Amino acid sequence: MTLKEMKPGQSGKVVSIGESGPLKRRIMDMGITPGVDVKVIKVAPLGDPVEINVRGYELSLRKEEAARIEVQA
Amino acid sequence: MSYTIALAGNPNCGKTTLFNDLTGSRQRVGNWPGVTVDKKEGTYKKDKGINIMDLPGTYSLSPYSAEEIIARDYIVKEKPDAVIDIVDGTSIERNLYLTLQILETGVPTVIALNMMDEVEARGDKIGAEKLSEIFGVPVVPIVARNGKGILELMAEAVEVAKGKKTPKKLPVFDEKLQGTIDDAKKLLDDAGETDSQWKAIKLLENDENIAGQVTEELKKRVGEVAEKAYGSGADLEAAVADQRYQYIAKVVKDAVKKGTTGHVETKSDKLDKILTNRILALPIFAVVMYLLFACTNSENFLFLGINSPGIWLAGIVESIWGWLTDLVAGLVGGASPWVYSLVVDGIMEGLGAILGFIPLVLVLYILISFLEDCGYMARIAFVLDRIFRRFGLSGRSFIPLLQGFGCSVPAVMATRTLESEKDRKITTILAGFMPCGAKLPIFALFVSTLFVDSNQTLVTYSLYIFSIVVAIIVSLLLNKFVYKDGASNFIMELPQYRIPTLKSILIHGWEKVKGFAVKAGTVIFVSTILIWFLSGFNFDSFNGTNAAESEDGSVMCEMNDSFMASIGNVIAPIFKPLGFGEWRPAVGVVTGWIAKENVVVTFAQLYDEDVTDEYLEEYFAQYSSEELEELGFEDGEYDAEAAGDIYSEGVLFEGGDENALPHMKDDIKTKAAAYAYMVFNLLCMPCFAAVGAMKRELKTWKETGKAVAVQMVTAYVVALLVNVVGGLFL
Repeated sequence: MTLKEMKPGQSGKVVSIGESGPLKRRIMDMGITPGVDVKVIKVAPLGDPVEINVRGYELSLRKEEAARIEVQA
Repeated sequence: MSYTIALAGNPNCGKTTLFNDLTGSRQRVGNWPGVTVDKKEGTYKKDKGINIMDLPGTYSLSPYSAEEIIARDYIVKEKPDAVIDIVDGTSIERNLYLTLQILETGVPTVIALNMMDEVEARGDKIGAEKLSEIFGVPVVPIVARNGKGILELMAEAVEVAKGKKTPKKLPVFDEKLQGTIDDAKKLLDDAGETDSQWKAIKLLENDENIAGQVTEELKKRVGEVAEKAYGSGADLEAAVADQRYQYIAKVVKDAVKKGTTGHVETKSDKLDKILTNRILALPIFAVVMYLLFACTNSENFLFLGINSPGIWLAGIVESIWGWLTDLVAGLVGGASPWVYSLVVDGIMEGLGAILGFIPLVLVLYILISFLEDCGYMARIAFVLDRIFRRFGLSGRSFIPLLQGFGCSVPAVMATRTLESEKDRKITTILAGFMPCGAKLPIFALFVSTLFVDSNQTLVTYSLYIFSIVVAIIVSLLLNKFVYKDGASNFIMELPQYRIPTLKSILIHGWEKVKGFAVKAGTVIFVSTILIWFLSGFNFDSFNGTNAAESEDGSVMCEMNDSFMASIGNVIAPIFKPLGFGEWRPAVGVVTGWIAKENVVVTFAQLYDEDVTDEYLEEYFAQYSSEELEELGFEDGEYDAEAAGDIYSEGVLFEGGDENALPHMKDDIKTKAAAYAYMVFNLLCMPCFAAVGAMKRELKTWKETGKAVAVQMVTAYVVALLVNVVGGLFL
């Protein structure tokens, strides 16, 4: 499944990042690399973006970007 | 011996706090060439021989944003004597990612482990000695907020700078990757490139910025090395990032003892649950915005019937300035009329315009830096992103646009909080479209006199809606055609909530005010004097005709005969398609650029056949003595000398006389034309003060000119549509 499909409170391990170029680089720079644990904290009041916890801090990203990140629950 | 020490670190790692601690008020704020990123320099307050350079906060040294390119170019090319890498101990893994990249450049480095108080409060333990042993550079635990550990940090930094200690090479990458890097490094060494180790990694990462700096031949051969080891199309970029994080995970395991495992809820998380709560987030946000607005622009602060701190301070400044102006006027009273006018109406007025804005800017900036530093600004973007993304903006654009309803100057200055340069440019343009306080008198005059039989509230209200709709359309168009290539994603850290220190907020506010007074001030001052000259002089001023004809020997003339009137005649035909192609409305547009309410003041001067002494006396005769006093007549007694000013600023500003300026109807005949005139003034270039602020934010005259051109074209096209389409219905 993808990070986008995860519900608040759910955790998982990142499998792959289906992006390329600068955006993938950015995602990885922020600590989302294969094998890392992520936990969905909440969804913004208007339904997008989402807030996740990764490597001990909170990161927000849009669902559009979350949909490219493959995770294993 | 003098040293330059650079501060590097992630955003929100406490870098600015440390910088303020180290330099006190001895700092210079400028801009990095070509980009709107702050360049801050200062000297260490304990040793004037040490220069401190504050690099922009970045997560990485990849060429993803202007900030990252600046930080890495500075480290690699300018080669500071030492870099202090500030690591936020509460999110150590992500912070060490930048650390590894800084160490890779080979610059002498000291690591400052910041927020150690929070780390301890969480029950975590970070072994500074262990980290120092692993990385081979000094690691000093500090708490930047209260200055703990800073002396030790600086002592280590000076030591490192003196010794020019290059960090050792770390076993970050696996054998295969390191082998490939070594092969690439050898190619670079053979070609005589400097910083070969660092460039080798960057080339393997497909870093376009570095690729552009080496020869095609070299690039090709490095590509071949990568292909030999990994096959074609290999994603070395991902491998590098991945292996760095893997290495960090090992380091953290060795050096950090977590008090609890897994994700624990902090106080900040609990607060966040309320502030970004599904139901409460938007109402709380509305209250925060209301408070922000109330503290700066409101004339009815929190419904208490008193002025907001911003307006209150502005009032004090204005009355002091008024007193000073009277004093100066007394001093130059004996001089020739034009000197008197230059000093009083030109110089003092121009300086007064700048000073009047300073309290607003100060209050706004103190509040905005509080929102920014405490972490709420990131949540605003998080909550509003969904809405603003549709218009090609980010959630943070809301604050400048809201400020625009009060005054364009703080609105434009608030664009500083936007992260992307594209958003900043677009929002700066849009801020000028908002119906600021000074545009209201124009609406009041027009609606009260030219829309007598219409629903006047609706007409005024429709202008507000108009400005928002135009802003949305222009934003979409600019995104599509002008600023096409801006990164549009929303990968953003939501930092922990922290109460910022008063010191850092005050320093921040002071910096902005200083910047405004100097940069924007020059634009305001020069343009005010220019308009003063154009409105009070004509060719006869210089050949003695005026002096001979006037009673007091003044070389100045009435505005009706001035250069300004001639300019009005020349540009009037341009406005013909908009329905107001006459010289007097045209002059109104021009004088409106000093301050928008000047449109009304100018009209009262230009349509002087409608504002005769007899008319004024007759008009004010309907008021009782108390009402007259309220309008501004001393002791409630009619005074012919004061009547003109009171009529324009007390009556016309409020739309109080529906029979005012009947000759205006000869120039602006239809309702469509009247609406077009209001729309044109609403959307065209804002006042010079705002343009000065735009220049300050956009940096170059070219960008400022481009922004003003967009505003002018928008105003013209929209007003034209209003006049043509409106002409069919009204």
